Amino acid sequence: MVGTVTNIEEKELEIIEEFSLFEDWMDKYEHIISLGKELPLIEESLKTDDLLIKGCQSKVWLHAKLEKGKVIFTADSDAIITKGIISLLIRVLSNQTPTDIINTDLTFIENIGLKEHLSPTRSNGLVSMVKQMKLYALAFRTQQNA
Amino acid sequence: MSELLTDIEAIRAQFPILTREVNGKPLVYLDNGATSQKPQSVIDAVKHYYEYENSNIHRGVHTLSQEATAAYEDVRKKVQKFINAKHDHEIIFTSGTTGGINLVASSFGASLVRRGDEILITAMEHHSNIVPWQMLCERRGAQLKVLPISKEGEIDIEEYKKLIGPKTELISLVHVSNSLGTINPIKEMIAIAHAQNIPVMIDGAQAIHHTPVDVQELDADFYVFSAHKMYGPTGVGVLYGKEELLNDMPPYQGGGDMIKSVTFEKTTYNELPHKFEAGTPNIAGGIGLGAGIDFINSIGFDFIQAHEAELSRFAVSQLRDIKGLRFIGTAKERAGLVSFVLDGIHPYDTGVILDKLGIAVRTGHHCTQPVMNFFEVPGTVRASFAVYNTKQEVVKLVEGIDRVKRMF
Repeated sequence: MVGTVTNIEEKELEIIEEFSLFEDWMDKYEHIISLGKELPLIEESLKTDDLLIKGCQSKVWLHAKLEKGKVIFTADSDAIITKGIISLLIRVLSNQTPTDIINTDLTFIENIGLKEHLSPTRSNGLVSMVKQMKLYALAFRTQQNA
Repeated sequence: MSELLTDIEAIRAQFPILTREVNGKPLVYLDNGATSQKPQSVIDAVKHYYEYENSNIHRGVHTLSQEATAAYEDVRKKVQKFINAKHDHEIIFTSGTTGGINLVASSFGASLVRRGDEILITAMEHHSNIVPWQMLCERRGAQLKVLPISKEGEIDIEEYKKLIGPKTELISLVHVSNSLGTINPIKEMIAIAHAQNIPVMIDGAQAIHHTPVDVQELDADFYVFSAHKMYGPTGVGVLYGKEELLNDMPPYQGGGDMIKSVTFEKTTYNELPHKFEAGTPNIAGGIGLGAGIDFINSIGFDFIQAHEAELSRFAVSQLRDIKGLRFIGTAKERAGLVSFVLDGIHPYDTGVILDKLGIAVRTGHHCTQPVMNFFEVPGTVRASFAVYNTKQEVVKLVEGIDRVKRMF
């Protein structure tokens, strides 16, 4: 693992395996809640309106920067379950190359039975967040190629 | 008590959806403020229309069209009776409450509101009773005035009187607040406005299924509501307007059915109510609305009000003891719902876990963002009741909230 970066699929498989241990929805959600509580908060100074993705139900803040060819995401939400799912998305997508981020389908979400949280009807800001993550990646790739 | 239970069980048996499971648990449906479930009679009425009567209304000489027209127009009379309007042509079918408010804002607003005029609303309005007026004010250079609310979620009549002035052209008020449950003293508020010849529009979306509405007794100038919150189908609603006001207003949308004669030089408009009903309406929805009214009448408001008040009282008494639970909206006069927040737990998180337990509540800002800003909460959890809800379901909600608290 030292110095190398696992690709997106490997990270996804890791999470699928982690979630396969849970027998019922309670255990699964308790895990997501603990992930949400563990996710390092983004700096208060970054919780600005231009980084805010407004869902109808919960708010999501997303920050991205390019470091050594990899996109580093940090994010936050006012709802813990949303934050737990953000933590999974960040684990998969942060520290990856813009091209890999653009090309991924994020199939793990469906695989671990959390697809409902990424449906537009939930309006929790997560659909817009994934879209925004891909837009950042696209912008960084354009920057790199310029 | 046993008689009451029998009644509720018989009422519940009329709603097919109430037997289904959600996430492996029996459905506890407490999101009636968003939309109520439909009894078999409403489903059957819509089905019967499509199976036996479907045709366009008001224009065919053939039997089907005659029958469909008669069925649709009978509903107009049924609505007239239901809200005690003076004439059946004062009943305008719309797409819903929002459609009715937009109709008045557009038509009445265009003919009567001028630069510098004022429209008065309250701080507890649904977005659909804010935005159409903002749009009108922008178009006409008028001003939107907002009557504040107290921390209990009530308006102050003295403040209201102060805000009414010589420039006030129209007042639009919610009868029952969808996010707080407050019942506003609309009869008194209408009388105060009328003393200065100002017409009043009432948003009755959250009132019409909880309480008997008599538009003549209230002396409301306009009263709007949706069928889908009163056990009827979505996509249809009613605008009641006083005949003389509706006659003075220009048409809203142009099209078929709303005209008397059309040439390229000049069109003359149809009479009420057709003047405001351009195009083929939601005929099946209208017929379903009629069945919804029949359903309400078959139970009667005496029972509905007593039952829902009892459920609300019970819910408040059970929820009050939960540590860290704070009610949003504690007005003295309230109807049909409880709205609350849990200390340190986001309403969204609460809603997700309750859903896993088969309990449907509404979470979020309920399309009343100014109310949420006023109470400084991101949203609330709202349990709203209908005649088919039971105390056992309230107990399940309380147990669900206990579970939520243990998880976070």
